[in-house]
Amino acid sequence: MTVNERNGSSANGVNLEFRNATYGYEAIDVVQDISFTVEQGDFVALLGPNGSGKTTLVRLALGLVNPTRGEVLLFGAQAHRFRDWHQVGYVPQTVEGIHTQFPATVEEIVSHGLYKGFDPTRFWKLGIPESVRISMEAVGVANLRKRRISALSTGQQQRVLIARSLVRDPKILLLDEPEAGVDAAGQEQLYSILRRLNTEDGITILMVSHDIGAVMREAKTVACINRTLVFHGPAHHITQRELSDLYGLPMDVLVHDLMHEHR
Amino acid sequence: MPEIFQYDFMIRAFVGGVLVGALAPALGVFLVLRRLALIADSLSHVALTGVAFGLLTKTFPPIAGLLATSTAAVAIETVRLKRLMPGDVALAVVLYSALAVAVVVIGLAGGFNVDLFSYLFGSILTVNNTDLWLLAALAAVVITFVVSFYPELAQSSFDTDLARVSGVRVFGVNLVLAILTGATITLSMRVVGVLLVGALIVVPVMVSLRVATGLRPAIGLAVAIGIGSSLFGLTIAFYANVAAGGAIVLTSVGILVLTMATEYVVGKVRA
Repeated sequence: MTVNERNGSSANGVNLEFRNATYGYEAIDVVQDISFTVEQGDFVALLGPNGSGKTTLVRLALGLVNPTRGEVLLFGAQAHRFRDWHQVGYVPQTVEGIHTQFPATVEEIVSHGLYKGFDPTRFWKLGIPESVRISMEAVGVANLRKRRISALSTGQQQRVLIARSLVRDPKILLLDEPEAGVDAAGQEQLYSILRRLNTEDGITILMVSHDIGAVMREAKTVACINRTLVFHGPAHHITQRELSDLYGLPMDVLVHDLMHEHR
Repeated sequence: MPEIFQYDFMIRAFVGGVLVGALAPALGVFLVLRRLALIADSLSHVALTGVAFGLLTKTFPPIAGLLATSTAAVAIETVRLKRLMPGDVALAVVLYSALAVAVVVIGLAGGFNVDLFSYLFGSILTVNNTDLWLLAALAAVVITFVVSFYPELAQSSFDTDLARVSGVRVFGVNLVLAILTGATITLSMRVVGVLLVGALIVVPVMVSLRVATGLRPAIGLAVAIGIGSSLFGLTIAFYANVAAGGAIVLTSVGILVLTMATEYVVGKVRA
């Protein structure tokens, strides 16, 4: 919130709001009593150790699971009742099709993003719309457009999935550890794409990440969770003590990591 | 005219073979991509249960089979949606429950006889015009479904969550896919046999997924391989006097082995 107030962008409205959101199964809460808002134009990084509930939080935000208590509002609507999906882009950590020799080409997958409900004539439309080309160029995969998605590297696949989201012209983009399995050059490319989408196109970004250094560099707001919300505020306000508490690591390990990343 | 086309039963067999060879892989593409290839096997055994009830009650076995497979399809998809048990376990439970019921009912119906064997292993001699009309009607429904719901099928096969976040009604699409798969298996029984029809759902798809680039070409190639296997297998069966279902499935497996061998050789040559 403070970041947006400082940037004077809070008038643009709230994209996503967690209100005491709790989700669990078999009497164990995976995430508990989470409350924070994501405003239009923010770049939020979601940090937390393995098993802290980061992915669950993203799934709650997308209405893929329903909160057992509290509520999650996506553009003001209950996330699991939300229907205005063209406003939302989602880049999951892995997709099922990558592992099953999925035969579709890059441009086919990006075209999936244009889905707007039942259209029985779609099968016969073989042409690739201009918006698909623009999206592929925006993330640098236009040269791969005729390749099979399953034949690409992880970094290339992530960028194809981002293009698939962008073609929808979304207001918010949710990414679940997009840097996982991507080499250093690919990560730099990814972050520069996200930076441009956020600053130039004004797309709100909520990104689950493991990469503390990159988060400090790229994100405006940080939300740290470990089942409950441990910290939420401007990225530069987070202290090393909070980080080492979060990850349960000795401070110097993280500090070393941070200094290294900040160079 | 060659001898093979002088028999009405062979003409009917070819028509049935083409229909089954096209139907099974057209649905199979989406089942294999969802890692649901085994649903074909489970629904086959359910269809067998339907046939057993049909023989017991002296009703038309395919109708009993359609009822049984549709019910099972709804049950399987509901279990998968509610995550009551893992998908592969659910398929195994359905398979063995259905087989157990079938064994009991077959016993009650007077044991194993020629009628039953014609459903188990297929029997081109007994494929009649009613079978063909039912298959043709089903083919029309399946083609309409795959074409009209192509975006939904493609998206939900690629990734369930991504499809849902794009607004695709994944459960509805999965349900219709499962019901049509059950219907295809039931109506294909007389041509290739209930024990082998699953192969036509999976094997041609395995070939096309290795070769084709693009989802539409992959569907087209799988259907072509299915039809080709049927025609070639039936011809072999006629001249060599072997079981048609086996010959059809062996042809498609042969194509798969040849494809893999070619890939291996090409890989070696390039390396």
